[in-house]
Amino acid sequence: MATTTNVAGIIFANMHDSTITDLTKLRTMGSVPFGGRYRLIDFPLSNMVNSGISSVGVITKSNYQSLLDHLGSGVAWDLSRKASGLRILPPYGNAAESYTYGGLYRGRLEALANVIRFIKNLTAEYIVMSDCNVIVNIDYKSVLDFHLKKGADITVVYGRGSYNAEEMRTKTILNINQDDLVYDVLIRPEINSDTPEDNQVNASLNMFVMSKQFLLDIVTESASRSLYSFEIDIMQRRCKELKIIGYKYDGYYSQIDSLITYFKANMELLNLDKRAALFNANRPVYTKVRDEAPAKYGLKAEVSNSLIADGCVIEGTVEDCVLFRGVKIGKNTTVKNSIIMQDSVINDKIDLGYVIADKDVVVPSYRTMIGTADFPVFIGKGEKI
Amino acid sequence: MRHVKKECVAMILAGGQGSRLYALTQDMAKPAVPYGGKYRLIDFPLSNCVNSGFDTVGVLTQYLPLVLNEYIGNGHPWGLNSIHGGVHVLAPYENPEGKSWYSGTANAIYQNMNFVDRYNPEYVAILAGDHIYKMDYAKMLDYHKMQEADVTIAVLEVPWEEASRFGIMSADENGIITEFAEKPAEPKSNLASMGVYIYSWQKLKKYLIANEQDQTAKKDFGGNIIPDMLKDGCKMVAYNFDSYWKDVGTIDSLWEANMDLLDPKVPLDLYDPAWRVYSRNEIMPPHFCGGECVIENSMISEGCNINGRVDSSILFAGVTVEKGAAVHDSIIMPGAYIKKGAVIQYAIVGEDTLIGENVQIGERPERIENINDEIWGVAVIGHRVKLKDDTVIKPKAMIDKSN
Repeated sequence: MATTTNVAGIIFANMHDSTITDLTKLRTMGSVPFGGRYRLIDFPLSNMVNSGISSVGVITKSNYQSLLDHLGSGVAWDLSRKASGLRILPPYGNAAESYTYGGLYRGRLEALANVIRFIKNLTAEYIVMSDCNVIVNIDYKSVLDFHLKKGADITVVYGRGSYNAEEMRTKTILNINQDDLVYDVLIRPEINSDTPEDNQVNASLNMFVMSKQFLLDIVTESASRSLYSFEIDIMQRRCKELKIIGYKYDGYYSQIDSLITYFKANMELLNLDKRAALFNANRPVYTKVRDEAPAKYGLKAEVSNSLIADGCVIEGTVEDCVLFRGVKIGKNTTVKNSIIMQDSVINDKIDLGYVIADKDVVVPSYRTMIGTADFPVFIGKGEKI
Repeated sequence: MRHVKKECVAMILAGGQGSRLYALTQDMAKPAVPYGGKYRLIDFPLSNCVNSGFDTVGVLTQYLPLVLNEYIGNGHPWGLNSIHGGVHVLAPYENPEGKSWYSGTANAIYQNMNFVDRYNPEYVAILAGDHIYKMDYAKMLDYHKMQEADVTIAVLEVPWEEASRFGIMSADENGIITEFAEKPAEPKSNLASMGVYIYSWQKLKKYLIANEQDQTAKKDFGGNIIPDMLKDGCKMVAYNFDSYWKDVGTIDSLWEANMDLLDPKVPLDLYDPAWRVYSRNEIMPPHFCGGECVIENSMISEGCNINGRVDSSILFAGVTVEKGAAVHDSIIMPGAYIKKGAVIQYAIVGEDTLIGENVQIGERPERIENINDEIWGVAVIGHRVKLKDDTVIKPKAMIDKSN
């Protein structure tokens, strides 16, 4: 992949933390484990790298130790570069310099205002921004081409789908005309029960392309007016005055905005077509290397329809599961429809169903824990049951 | 450039052809041969160096170095991409006296004395690039210093009946080596050299230079340097190692060494977080086990897609086993694709091979009447071979791209 110095990336690692508080209690949205060996930030980072972007800033706010540990120098994403590469942008603590006290931003515009020097110093002419809650393998070059062709001020990536009232509470809905122009923006709309279930809407994937100069202009202008929300103060309020273009993404994606959607997004990886859409050999998803030995299956292991990472040792039965690196499944144990994260130990003679076990969990022998598809049991990081 | 002094520099001999691995070393040197589901043989000495605190490593290559060069790269996967030291691939080079291949193990080190001298070390460790073992060289170096030895040689007790395959040391009660015999017909001891040496550098240099001037010498450690030092009364000590060590010189031993990983009694633990074996990892998602797959007593790496049957086998990254295909007691190297109905038994299948539908490879030994070494052995499919549908490959066959 040829790299371009003309485009830079900005990733918001903490946006949507509040939608899955169980998993973000001790970490950022970006460092939420996903898919057996990944963290959510691996997807936007890999997408940027695979689109030729070699300069990426990661804006973070709180709980970012696991994020720093995961990203390191950026070498795993090929972002440990001489002249560009990965820049982690934690809150800027100098009250006089930053726009908000302690640098703890309230919205995307304030977050950008706090890192305005980073943006000014970028040599890039265009900026791609992304959050970490969408699992997708997207080529940002196509988005940028579309942005240039349309002569847009802002291009926003959206997907088309139908959502119930609960799901709508985290969505930004875009009304778009046949010229791809966004003419109305609805943030977390309430829908009444008369709305048909299959009512198709355009949901923002919170990925934006714009020129660096345009971004600098709106950020500085908003700061002087004490505006901090990109969605409300720019996308919504200035919708008619700016040229905001929608880029429809037709491929597979999943948007995580609750523990249930997190669970579903993991389970969707057990589907061959969806897995193939995400893990394209020419556009690989990079992540931190852990140097685990291959997974080991015992004499009585029975595993079906599951995704198993390196370093697992399986002696029991595993069905319809995602097992992260270094998980141990004991003898005469059955684990079904569950997500077991890194280094968790499920001992002997245990029955688990619809469980999400965070990292380093220990389940001692002779336990049974069964949740349901719409209410999985969650076991917090490091808990010894 | 100024070089920071190092106490010990490690030199890994990685030029070996591994001719008895036939098809598997037709396009790569033996230290690059895949092992254990995600490693290449050289990962073991490299990881041992790093885990022992040796941060300056020369890797001497000669035979088909492309795979090895690319694999080692800047040394980052082993943490050997440091400012001072790190890993350096040392290929033979042309000099004012003419072209010069490495004519033996001692000559290879001789030609790279300038590399070692840059770090002005007290000691140099000479290591084989193709042995499987986990060893703390720092402890061996401590022993070397305590004994004030000129050379310390790591030795392993081997069964007496196998002793004549090795370089055999006799040592007295203080561990001083009194006799050395290369592959003796009638061994006087069962202490075999593991090909792991620590030399006091200045002493070794003298012997390397003298050996080089001797036109009749084989320019080899076992053949010249060790016998010469013994004859001169140098202090040579044996360092006992009593854990897992394997030289995979043959197809059978490569197959066995892989199967050892499935045997809980074999003391080679790759899952110990305190002594990781590092490797250059493939960028692939976790492996997927389909709804009807059966996997028992096996090791499976990331990127695999298993819909058939796998037992007592080792699958490297990115292997596909279609529904209705079966793999028993076999080693399947990275990227192999096994189509439906294929049955693979007692075989080693090379990198990026394509095994067509209903192909039969190898056979279980118990299914063969009057079995002997002439008719039964592990079957080998060389790297990048494509087998057409319904092909039958007999046990012990060796298939490469030319077949």
